[in-house]
Amino acid sequence: MTSLQLFFQQLANGLTLGAIYALIALGYTMVYGVIQLINFAHGEVFMVGAYGALSVILLCTAAHLPWPVVLLAAALGALLLCGGLGGVIERIAYRPIRRAPRLNALITAIGMSFFLQNALMLCYGATDRQFPSLIPSVRWDVGGLSFTGMQLLIWGSSAVLMAFLQVLVMSTKLGKAMRATSQDPVACALLGIPVDRIIAITFVIGSALGAIGGLLFGLYYGTINFHDGYLMGMKAFTAAVLGGIGNIPGAMIGGLVLGMLEGLGAGYLSSQWKNVFAFVALVALLLFKPTGLLAERVAERA
Amino acid sequence: MRIADLKQRHSEFRQRIIRWEMGGFLALLIPIVHPHPYHLDVLTTALLYALLALGLNVIVGLTGLLHLGYAAFFAIGAYTYGLLNIHLGCPFWIGWLPASIFAGISGVCLGIPALRVRGDYLAIVTLGFGEIVRIAFTNLEQWTGGPNGLLGIAHPRLWIPTAGMLDFGVSSKPYYYLALIVTVIVAGFCVRLSRSRVGRAWRAIREDEMAAACMGIPVLNLKLLAQGCGGAIAGLAGAIFAAKQGVITPDSFDFILSVMVLAMVVLGGMGSIRGAIVGALVLGSLPEWLRGFDRYRMLIFGLAMIGMMRLRPEGIFRGRR
Repeated sequence: MTSLQLFFQQLANGLTLGAIYALIALGYTMVYGVIQLINFAHGEVFMVGAYGALSVILLCTAAHLPWPVVLLAAALGALLLCGGLGGVIERIAYRPIRRAPRLNALITAIGMSFFLQNALMLCYGATDRQFPSLIPSVRWDVGGLSFTGMQLLIWGSSAVLMAFLQVLVMSTKLGKAMRATSQDPVACALLGIPVDRIIAITFVIGSALGAIGGLLFGLYYGTINFHDGYLMGMKAFTAAVLGGIGNIPGAMIGGLVLGMLEGLGAGYLSSQWKNVFAFVALVALLLFKPTGLLAERVAERA
Repeated sequence: MRIADLKQRHSEFRQRIIRWEMGGFLALLIPIVHPHPYHLDVLTTALLYALLALGLNVIVGLTGLLHLGYAAFFAIGAYTYGLLNIHLGCPFWIGWLPASIFAGISGVCLGIPALRVRGDYLAIVTLGFGEIVRIAFTNLEQWTGGPNGLLGIAHPRLWIPTAGMLDFGVSSKPYYYLALIVTVIVAGFCVRLSRSRVGRAWRAIREDEMAAACMGIPVLNLKLLAQGCGGAIAGLAGAIFAAKQGVITPDSFDFILSVMVLAMVVLGGMGSIRGAIVGALVLGSLPEWLRGFDRYRMLIFGLAMIGMMRLRPEGIFRGRR
């Protein structure tokens, strides 16, 4: 393998991980966009998606269904579970304290994250859980680079979801209401937009995207652990900030950029320090361009 | 101000001092009345949390800088003392000073670039800093022992007249007294600091940075000072922690710790010093009280955090405005 091929192979691996980051990052960025809350529980919601998908897959494979059906069922199950969970969390935890100081919402989010993480541990155990390899292991060689069916699935599904989200936000009435709420909730309420419902829907959509991220993450790595949500959430959050938090295309770009940075960093420098690259990149970017790659808004106060 | 007002303020002040003295006195009696080693250990941990909460209170509560990587300063203090002790044989009674100073300096050094951003962005930069420090301590194996940690840090020894040399060893009572005394001293320091000119300036920055700058307050220098003070207190706590444990691993200084300390400050009431202490004692010992729930302990802990924020959004004590 030539050095150029190695470079592109690392890039492709990074993009695969980056696509998953991007899916999770969308949840962070959408919630931040409407209520300026760093939703620390989102990494755990993502993990709930992964475990929910695992349960559905185990059920369906026991019934000997063909793999595309199992995959669809798992995606649907995770989507509904996490969408519902996101809505419930917003309703019972965040809505009552929306008028309280912003730090309280942050602490609530962290408490929720503890709760969900431990609930997952109690339900599924603290050890690694094996994720069945659903996707047939096919491999294509194109110009000296090899792509797996898994990578294509991840790229394809995340591209479809992001396109769907873009259309939803930019060209539907609901999307218009979401954008309006993120700009000025009070004015929206005055104009008759049901702000509470819009915020709840934002949580539902963000969580559902995270659920698909969870399914893809499980399929890609083959094992999941209740701890994984923390690091993945942190990385996805980094990605959201890299792209400019509150900005939807920014989260997608941030996820891909972060994935590539990690892929290349792990390939060329040291895989031990790969988590440091993500944070160093983040800190460096924030210091030179504090609004992220695509600036949406500047947070003024804590 | 009328004389009567002054008199009333003075008597309020006296009452407050008496309450503090009562609290301190009761705390001194605990090991005599209830010499249960495990409970004392839990209380010592809670007191270390109180130290951390006091330090973070300076940064978050008084100055209003949201900091999510505070555990990094604790780690820097602990590792500084640990390395000094192992390689140079530096005793605790000297080693805490460089540990504290070094953590304070790193607070200032982080502040110089990081304070260019504000609000949530500052929170994210500090979060990144906390992670970088923890991963660095994990990966720099030749110095820090990597994930296995730094082993064989000596326990403090103290020469007491009449009783001779007292080795702290692994017993819990001496550490409890050490942590208690240090916490009281640091709390007193924080009270004086928050009522000083500097403390007033910090609160002014918290309430309105622009107005504070217009009044001639050197905003950046004071923010750096807050970071330095907060870092130094965490470094001191880190040195005590290292001396008590004898072993420190990077896992002890993760993001969860930063978050817990932040939750203590918020629960106690932002900017309130007794609030920081009470918040730390409550949240720091809560997981132990919940031990009876066994596996459901952290689940309930998460719910308790949510409930507290909902029931008392301003914290237990409201900070001075």
